[in-house]
Amino acid sequence: MIQQIIFIVISFLTLLMGWIVVTNRNLFHAALALMGSFLGVAGLYVLLDAGFLAAAQLLVYIGAISILIIFAIMMTRRLMQTSETPFNNQWVLGGITSLVVFAVIAYVVLQVFPWQPGAQPFGAAPEVPGAVLEASVTQLGAALVSVDQYVLPFEVASVLLLAALIGAIVVAWPEKKE
Amino acid sequence: MHGLAAHWSGPDMSFNIVDFLFSLVQLTTFDYLRAVWEGDMSPGLIEAILDVIAILTVSTFLLLIVLFLIWLERKVIARIQDRIGPNRVGGRFGLLQTVADVLKLLTKETLTPAGADTIAYNLAPLLTVMTALLMWAVIPFAPNVIGVDLNVGLFYVLAVSSASVVTLLLAGWGSNNKYALLGAFRSVAQLVSYEVPMVLSLIIPILLARSMYMQELVLAQTVPFLIVAPLSAIIFFISALAETGRTPFDLLEAESEIVAGFHVEYGGMKFGMFFLAEFVSTLFMSGLFATIYLGGWRLFGLERLETFGPLLGLIVFFIKMFAVYFVFIWVRGTLPRVRIDQMLDLNWKFLVPLSLILVLVVAVVDKLIPAGAGDYYRAGVHLVSNVAVGFVALELLRRHAARQRAIYEERLVRAHSSAAEPEVMAEAAH
Repeated sequence: MIQQIIFIVISFLTLLMGWIVVTNRNLFHAALALMGSFLGVAGLYVLLDAGFLAAAQLLVYIGAISILIIFAIMMTRRLMQTSETPFNNQWVLGGITSLVVFAVIAYVVLQVFPWQPGAQPFGAAPEVPGAVLEASVTQLGAALVSVDQYVLPFEVASVLLLAALIGAIVVAWPEKKE
Repeated sequence: MHGLAAHWSGPDMSFNIVDFLFSLVQLTTFDYLRAVWEGDMSPGLIEAILDVIAILTVSTFLLLIVLFLIWLERKVIARIQDRIGPNRVGGRFGLLQTVADVLKLLTKETLTPAGADTIAYNLAPLLTVMTALLMWAVIPFAPNVIGVDLNVGLFYVLAVSSASVVTLLLAGWGSNNKYALLGAFRSVAQLVSYEVPMVLSLIIPILLARSMYMQELVLAQTVPFLIVAPLSAIIFFISALAETGRTPFDLLEAESEIVAGFHVEYGGMKFGMFFLAEFVSTLFMSGLFATIYLGGWRLFGLERLETFGPLLGLIVFFIKMFAVYFVFIWVRGTLPRVRIDQMLDLNWKFLVPLSLILVLVVAVVDKLIPAGAGDYYRAGVHLVSNVAVGFVALELLRRHAARQRAIYEERLVRAHSSAAEPEVMAEAAH
């Protein structure tokens, strides 16, 4: 019951922050709201007992990506005095895209958890044994380097990041004087 | 806070002051209260009340101990510099000096500069203190006292500390002052840079303990990790100095040289909050060092005593934490401030490669040790490999320094031999 209430509050705050991100004219405030939205998603992970994901969300999205965005905003000239309206004529396309994405996600979720109205009382969460939760981080780590599971995507992502890193160094390398 | 619950089991327990005090000594008050309230309240409500009590106790304690920390810092620094330090307010030792300072800060007018972004400006001090306090949730104070033993304990610490960087940007931007904004950029650059060696050095205790649970990290230290992996401990300590912005890495504030950095526009208690958060997080870094490298509440099995074990564990933890805190003050009183290029060079050209190699070496060595080997054998092998890596790193550093010195000396000689050319002199001086 309490969990359900917390879930509703956090989801509402996350969506509210998302709304502020797209409607606020002040880009700095929009970036702050984006951070609040990320924090709400981290809260949802905590409610799902996915502690690792919550911490990773905090570390990557708030600790790194948001800071990058704020740096970009602060270092771009006259970005703060923008006169464009937050809405333009692409809203129809945007709406269609988000509806399609929502439909795909809903379809996948319903494949795993079929829709059964009244099957579970309001606020009931499925019981997960403690041993499963405690071993989740270990299992995640093992899955990332296991040949049968995700070692290929993991390595591809690592190589991609390495390429980006080397690219950044090359771009920032001072040009040799004549 | 859990453990020892069986001790207080039994139906229809009523509140008894003797038992309550006894449970305080044993650090099992929460189990006692759980047993007393069991029939009267729903379990969810009991846990909620106990959580609130725990949070209030720890945060209040931390905020109050800052008074003592500031006094300690001023006194020790004064002694190092051959002065007496605070000695008037509150008796011979000036014990109430900080109380007077805090009262001064509290009674000052809280100003908001004209043109400031009020949301960001007022949110920043609050969030700074919040993030500093949040990290204490996973510190194990005693065998049975820890806020929450998360399965990602150490990772949680890193996540919260990286989120605290945001507050600096809030303060810098919200102040509507270019020096505050520049100061915030410099602070964020430093904190983000030094997060890298810190994370890498913290991987080593996780590797050695095979766990991110804070209590298991303590339990794994039959031999303290300071001895098993001294190089990792040194890297962590240096990054912790930089992360908390203390001397020799306090060039962001550098109160004797530039304006105070990102909090230049703050006054009164709003400034006090930043000060408070700095001390709370410095103490946290000492506590983390004590937990991860010095064995936390462990002291030769003393904590396993029947009745007084937990209390002794608590005392042992506090002694270790304050020993590390003393080293923080000691470093501040001894070392001069570094330049910004030296600070960044030390991080990116020395600490980051060194900690990367160290992680590789420790992981490989740990796999090479036979599975049945004893703790002391393992510790010895790791110690030797750590010291070897450290010596190689220092030798490489020495050679690099010698090469640099040779280049500069050559330039100087050239400059002297052709003193008529001013550009060469200027270049050599540079």
